[in-house]
Amino acid sequence: MTTGIVTTAYLVSGILFVMSLGGLSKQESARKGNLYGIIGMAFAIIATFIKLSLDKDAGEINLQFLAPLMIGGALIGTILAKRVEMTSMPELVAILNSFGGAAALLVGLSTFLDPSNAQLIGSEKLIHDIEILLGVFVGGVTFTGSVIAFGKLRGSLSGKPFLLRGRHMLNLGMLGSSIWLGSQFLNQGHDQAWLSLLIVMAISLVLGIHLIVAIGGADMPVVVSMLNSYSGWAAAAAGFMLKNDLLIITGALVGSSGAILSYIMCKAMNRSLANVIFGGFGTSSGSSPGGGGEVEGTITETTADQVAEELREAKEVMIVPGYGMAVAQAQHVVKDITETLRAKDVNVRFAIHPVAGRLPGHMNVLLAEANVPYDIVFEMDEINDDLPEVDLLLVVGANDIVNPSALEDSSSPIAGMPVIEAWNAKSVVALKRSMAAGYSGVENPLYFKDNTDMLFGDAKDTLSAVFSKLG
Amino acid sequence: MSINAQMNITIPKESDPSEKRVAIAPVNVVAFSKLGYDVRVEAGAGESANFPDSTYQSAGAIIVSDRSEVWSQADLLLKLDPPTMEEASMIREGSTLISFAYPARNEDLLKVLGEKKINFLGMDCVPRISRAQSMDALSSMANVAGYRAVVEASHQFGRFFTGQITAAGKVPPAKILVIGAGVAGLAAIGVARNMGAIVRAFDTRPAVKEEVKSLGGEFLELDLEEDGTGSGGYAKVMSKDFIEAEMKLFAEQAEEVDVIITTAMIPGKKSPVLITEDMVKSMKRGSVIVDLAAEGGGNCELTEPGEAKVVHGVNVLGYTDLPSRLPTQSSRLYGNNLVKLVNLLGSADEFSIDQEDEVVRGALVLDEGKLSWPPPKVEISQQPAKPKDEPAPVSEGEAAGGSSIFSPGMMFGLLAIVLLALGWKGENDFLDQLTVFVLSCFVGYMVVWNVTPSLHTPLMSVTNAISGIILIGGMLFVTGAELWKETKSILAGVAIFLATINVAGGFLVTHRMLKMFRKE
Repeated sequence: MTTGIVTTAYLVSGILFVMSLGGLSKQESARKGNLYGIIGMAFAIIATFIKLSLDKDAGEINLQFLAPLMIGGALIGTILAKRVEMTSMPELVAILNSFGGAAALLVGLSTFLDPSNAQLIGSEKLIHDIEILLGVFVGGVTFTGSVIAFGKLRGSLSGKPFLLRGRHMLNLGMLGSSIWLGSQFLNQGHDQAWLSLLIVMAISLVLGIHLIVAIGGADMPVVVSMLNSYSGWAAAAAGFMLKNDLLIITGALVGSSGAILSYIMCKAMNRSLANVIFGGFGTSSGSSPGGGGEVEGTITETTADQVAEELREAKEVMIVPGYGMAVAQAQHVVKDITETLRAKDVNVRFAIHPVAGRLPGHMNVLLAEANVPYDIVFEMDEINDDLPEVDLLLVVGANDIVNPSALEDSSSPIAGMPVIEAWNAKSVVALKRSMAAGYSGVENPLYFKDNTDMLFGDAKDTLSAVFSKLG
Repeated sequence: MSINAQMNITIPKESDPSEKRVAIAPVNVVAFSKLGYDVRVEAGAGESANFPDSTYQSAGAIIVSDRSEVWSQADLLLKLDPPTMEEASMIREGSTLISFAYPARNEDLLKVLGEKKINFLGMDCVPRISRAQSMDALSSMANVAGYRAVVEASHQFGRFFTGQITAAGKVPPAKILVIGAGVAGLAAIGVARNMGAIVRAFDTRPAVKEEVKSLGGEFLELDLEEDGTGSGGYAKVMSKDFIEAEMKLFAEQAEEVDVIITTAMIPGKKSPVLITEDMVKSMKRGSVIVDLAAEGGGNCELTEPGEAKVVHGVNVLGYTDLPSRLPTQSSRLYGNNLVKLVNLLGSADEFSIDQEDEVVRGALVLDEGKLSWPPPKVEISQQPAKPKDEPAPVSEGEAAGGSSIFSPGMMFGLLAIVLLALGWKGENDFLDQLTVFVLSCFVGYMVVWNVTPSLHTPLMSVTNAISGIILIGGMLFVTGAELWKETKSILAGVAIFLATINVAGGFLVTHRMLKMFRKE
């Protein structure tokens, strides 16, 4: 009977997880989706408690040991979640993910050390061992990879891709030696196998670091999403080795949804997943490194006064936010300007590029934090056709996502990436700290166009100045 | 006159005496000079458009009076109408000509120009895509024609367009029917509305309804559901039922309205007859029909191209030169179109006909004398959808990348192979688990596929929280009394600790994010 109850509970929580993901695909149902997820998790934990307390063979569950760990973990998680600035959301997701990876790795090791493991024989043992190996390996890559992504997003590591010569060979070598060690592991006695497993783990940790340091900071959204999917696969592997259906279901859900999400993001950049992961973007591609050709034209600088003046006269205003807005924490003053203009019957809208910022949907989250209603926030595809009607387009700290060379210059490293066609607006003001190139290292001809003016400085400061002149 | 080494742009006088327009206005001279061209204008070219030679001269152009010199020394000729045979014989071999081309009906001309190895760009062949809108001369001329059509109609019409209540009695507003809400039709609707008339419009493309309404017109609809949106901004041919219903509607309207303006043109073909003689008969005396499709034979059965006549008491205007009747305006707009097109070809030093460019390729009728019309087809509808420029080709390495891994076909193929291999030599327990696994992958794929991009971050953080489920894996190893003495339990303990942080943090932060999304 006990197994019946537990299985049912697992089924329910599996369904709740599916509903959770489903709910999060639409604004209206998103909050409910999150709630389903929480309930599902609660079900899963309670069911596992019941399973362990009813199943006499497995032994008594040790609450003295377990409770402090879970309570402590929950507390730390809560504090992290409460304290985090919305602009550093990507870092938090990355570091939480590394915890998930580490946990999967550790569970893999525990499983190996469990005495019941030694009792298995024949093909059952073989499959079980392969599962352990996979869980440990994927968990390890996820763990260190996420830590590196965290460092890059936070800026404590350089955002530039770090490329060793022959890095592909190195990766292949690591993978190959893991497979070889793994095959040895399958035939070895317990102690020897443990050693092999630890070596495989060490290799996976190094591989995680090496894979991710080679990817540029601008591609971290895809990387985080991909690592997220890995932690799902690691959980699924754990499910196989522990014969636990809920772990399999959930792991597979997370794994496949993360993979799809990465794929969707790559498509938004018109690149393949392989290109993102192995590309070393922005340094090695194309025949003309460091930018597609010379840019002609001159830069026109403008002042906060003039921008305020232009805003006052405009009827249609479009704001294109980018990572610069997040860095400068300018979302609140952007919202103040929006409110003021809307009070004057100016139609203010936002155009969001799918890969703006350091996480997909990063800009939406920031604008939501600043209380910008989401029905004036539009996706690139919805808005590109309206741009010729826009009187004034403000580019707030965005660069590559408004770069015309993506469409015009086939030798550009970002060629073919769909972009917001800002240059079609009647006039453009680009806010920028300096004339430095964007993450992709490509010069942006938009800044040199006749209808573009530049407003240099920290976006928050310059926009505050604009706002004070606007009143 | 000094002959400069620089490339010149030459504006000949239009030879057709009824043609009052000129290819460019004096303001355009400046734009061309900026690009490094010498601009030469034939004496008297702009006279009938009210641009005397002196205005071109003061803008920096050179006035050339000898006609054969105009043609024989031109590098880049800008013109309105296609050249006559006589003009074609004067043209310098290897030069470039931009004008209206109408290649379908000018075969002989193309032959002559072809022998002279001329590059010929047709303004009427510029593809109707969003990027080329600024050089779409057909649209700018249609706009003028639409305006003028209303002016001509009101000129013939014996009453006010607007309704008035005066001391001398009430004046009812005129009722106008516009057939075809393209550029010309829309312009006519706007002008007629501004003059105070009641305007109704009909178009086979339901998508233009909003535009008609935005100009103050009333959009007539049929009960039939059929979308007539074709490619290149034109409507397509409709079914028989549709045409019957449409004719019935026109017949009803004809009895009621005072003015009918028809604009249904099919490029290179005879215009469809929409207003029959019977309908004309049923109209009130003094009514006006302006047939903007007269060039292709007319939408009205009684239209005589180029002529105005009165039949059954109704004025049927078949003018084909409406843009030329507003020469100053038309020349200005056409000149601006030309500036944009020449911009695309480059400055005087870097002049080139870049066939990679979709717009240039589309407009190119003769490529050094070789016929390159019609261009390879570009299927982009101008009206309802999003006219987008083709993204630049992606370098090969990327295209060959693994972007198709997630295509359903690949997924199923791989799956089938893996499952078969495992089914060969597996045990039931494991296969059951595998079934669950595969199904769940599929569910995840289906569920996440349609997520809105603005929710990517919350979705990621929620899946992240859910992946903390690994914690129940850890829980299985923390049974028994003296746990801290066993490595596996300590490892599991750390796993539980980390996973709990992941779960709690993930859900809470998602909650925080979602709380912020609000609708107005």
